[in-house]
Amino acid sequence: MQHIISILVENKFGVLSRVAGLFSGRGFNIESISVGTTMDASTSQITIVTKGDERIIEQIIKQLNKLIDVIKVVDLSEKDYIVREAALIKIHTSRSEDRSEALRITEIFRARVVDSTPTSYTIEITGDENKIDAILNLLRPLGIKEIVRTGKIAIAREDMKVPAIQEVKKLRA
Amino acid sequence: MKISGAEILIESLKKEGVDTVFGMPGGVVLQIFDVLYNEKDLKFILTRHEQGAAHAADGYARAKGRPGVALVTSGPGATNTVTAIANAHMDSIPLIVITGQVASRMIGNDAFQEADIVGITRPCTKYNFLVKSVDELAMTIKEAFYIASTGRPGPVLLDIPKDISGARADFEYPEKVSLRSYNPTYYGNKWQIKQAAQAIMKAKRPVIYAGGGVILSNASDELKELAEINKIPVTLTLMGLGGFPGTHPLFLGMLGMHGTYAANMSIHDSDLVIAIGSRFDDRVTGKVSEFAPKAKFIHIDIDPTNIRKNIHVDIPIVGDVKNVLMELNKEIRMIEENKNQLIKEREPWYSQVKEWEKEHPLTYKKSNKIIKPQYVIEKIYEQSGGDAIVASDVGQHQMWVAQYFKFDRPRTSITSGGLGTMGFGLPAAIGAQFACPDKLVFNVAGDGSFQMNLQELATIAINKLPIKIAIINNGCLGMVRQWQELFFSQHYSGSILNTIPDFVKLAEAYGIKGLRAKSPSEVEAVIKEAISTDGPVLMDFIVDPGENVFPMVPAGGGNAEMIFGEPAKVEKGKAIAKKEKKNSVLPA
Ligand SMILES: Cc1ncc(C[n+]2csc(CCOP(=O)(O)OP(=O)(O)O)c2C)c(N)n1
Repeated sequence: MQHIISILVENKFGVLSRVAGLFSGRGFNIESISVGTTMDASTSQITIVTKGDERIIEQIIKQLNKLIDVIKVVDLSEKDYIVREAALIKIHTSRSEDRSEALRITEIFRARVVDSTPTSYTIEITGDENKIDAILNLLRPLGIKEIVRTGKIAIAREDMKVPAIQEVKKLRA
Repeated sequence: MKISGAEILIESLKKEGVDTVFGMPGGVVLQIFDVLYNEKDLKFILTRHEQGAAHAADGYARAKGRPGVALVTSGPGATNTVTAIANAHMDSIPLIVITGQVASRMIGNDAFQEADIVGITRPCTKYNFLVKSVDELAMTIKEAFYIASTGRPGPVLLDIPKDISGARADFEYPEKVSLRSYNPTYYGNKWQIKQAAQAIMKAKRPVIYAGGGVILSNASDELKELAEINKIPVTLTLMGLGGFPGTHPLFLGMLGMHGTYAANMSIHDSDLVIAIGSRFDDRVTGKVSEFAPKAKFIHIDIDPTNIRKNIHVDIPIVGDVKNVLMELNKEIRMIEENKNQLIKEREPWYSQVKEWEKEHPLTYKKSNKIIKPQYVIEKIYEQSGGDAIVASDVGQHQMWVAQYFKFDRPRTSITSGGLGTMGFGLPAAIGAQFACPDKLVFNVAGDGSFQMNLQELATIAINKLPIKIAIINNGCLGMVRQWQELFFSQHYSGSILNTIPDFVKLAEAYGIKGLRAKSPSEVEAVIKEAISTDGPVLMDFIVDPGENVFPMVPAGGGNAEMIFGEPAKVEKGKAIAKKEKKNSVLPA
């Protein structure tokens, strides 16, 4: 099963290679990886999408926790979470009908044209994997020149501080 | 007052209580060696190879229970330590390796003797540092020692660029260190410990299977208490030897590939395996699915990644072995009112275990014509009264030491377990002798392993270390030859050494006394003479080249399927018997 693992690490040089090295050294798989800063300049956030059975995921999480520079590991797949990735898509638009079709598609997906030349558009899109796959499918007939996709980033949904159903019932009774 | 990075390094090492550093100088560490020149409180021991230095530091750590330190130059000096670092990593030995690095501004330029040693050793260290500023140096050293020696110990490498040794800074050694991302769990979960105590007090066929963790956490007294309070038989891994007295009536011997029949059968039939500071290594479990198939498992280990890595565990307890055992013993004592009843109920188990011990004790075919290697180990054990540190190398002789030397005390068996590094024994013995100057130290070596680091004879001679080297000289890479005999149709491919060099002459060339025994009747006298000689002695035992290590579980087999070296006898527990091979398996 696919798991999204969120890793808070010390923002030190070499940390990414320790994390990536752990995966390659132990034969774990990385489907995507993304790294960025956090509010605290001394830490970074790594988001890794990986696959494996329960035992492997347990090992991955334990092994990550064991790395000296890792501060916190969360398997988001155990929670409710929001996941996003982004893509930049460059398409051919020499014919004017292609240009208007591209704009229409862009609109439908709430994407944006971020660069334009007489013969091309560059479209920026953010969303989950399905959304990005869907826009790509629609744009493909126009002729895609180039695609760049990010890895996934994800965040747990905040607990809604609403009493559980039983509690509500109790309150009502 | 500002002092140089080199001075900061040496002062910091002293603050950490380091008294001995092993190594070899080179261009980028000359500043540091210049400080060592006038140093009185810290001994520098020049080895003849950096691998020797790092293994010696490792041997020191194993014998002393404190981090060992090696200091080497950049590039080849650093890469020469890699095997030793990986070796310490596999066995969880606290080791500090300090490597010089080219000047900071040259890093990445393929400078002379530059190697990315931090990159190279990342997967085989517990942690490593490239020091980027002289102001961080003292703190980095503090962190290095802290990381190496706490939690599950391991090697830490410190890479110090040349300009950092030369730069100056104020020095104050930090008192405390805390790393927000590194907090080992020392105390076991109380509830889990209660569960474990209850399981133990219910088990009818319990066995303790303990490993190196017992030694690393200095928990042998607690282990002994656990075994004794309600009479539980104990088996140890290779790394655990000495963690429980080898002469104790509850001791079953080592388990696993070359373990005893009693140990492997006890595990196989047990209803409760109590794994303590051990990690279910494949040399121990054999085929995992057939390891203790009827048992529940309690697993105590400080490293959570060890738990459920290879085997399902019913009651996992993460924590320092010593602390957990203290709690567990307390807990057991609180519920031991049914103890006598329990021990009575376990009678059939105890007698079964005794039966296994009688059925297949460790044994070999004695000879009065040719020296049997096992006989040499027995004699070393006997003549030393068991009161010695034995650093072994890797191969058949290592297994014979494990089988026939009854280690009664922790930190006396020094051997390369996880990595199985030939060439470890001699330098490790050097480290152990520095750690314990008053102890009798043996290096039991194979003729193959010995030749991998024999240059360290010079270190022994120059420092007049009274190490007794016993070469089990079988003229071949015995363990390899054994596998080829048993599983590769006696194709002795690349495993014959042809009995060269003359080890006695070699020893003499280094100014070390050399003795040789060619027949069984000479063995005892040679060992006696070696022990009574002040200073180093090399003993060359010309042994039966065809001898094999038995019992044996063939790789991938279940532990209950052992091969014995005796004439065909089909044993209980699916034991496969094997005809003894003739001795003449080698060209004369
Ligand atoms: C550095 C290294 N290279 C190769 C091996 C593989 N190996 C394991 S045992 C062995 C033979 C050891 O021979 P020797 O030291 O003579 O000991 P014996 O088995 O004969 O007692 C070899 C080559 C190893 N363990 N370590």
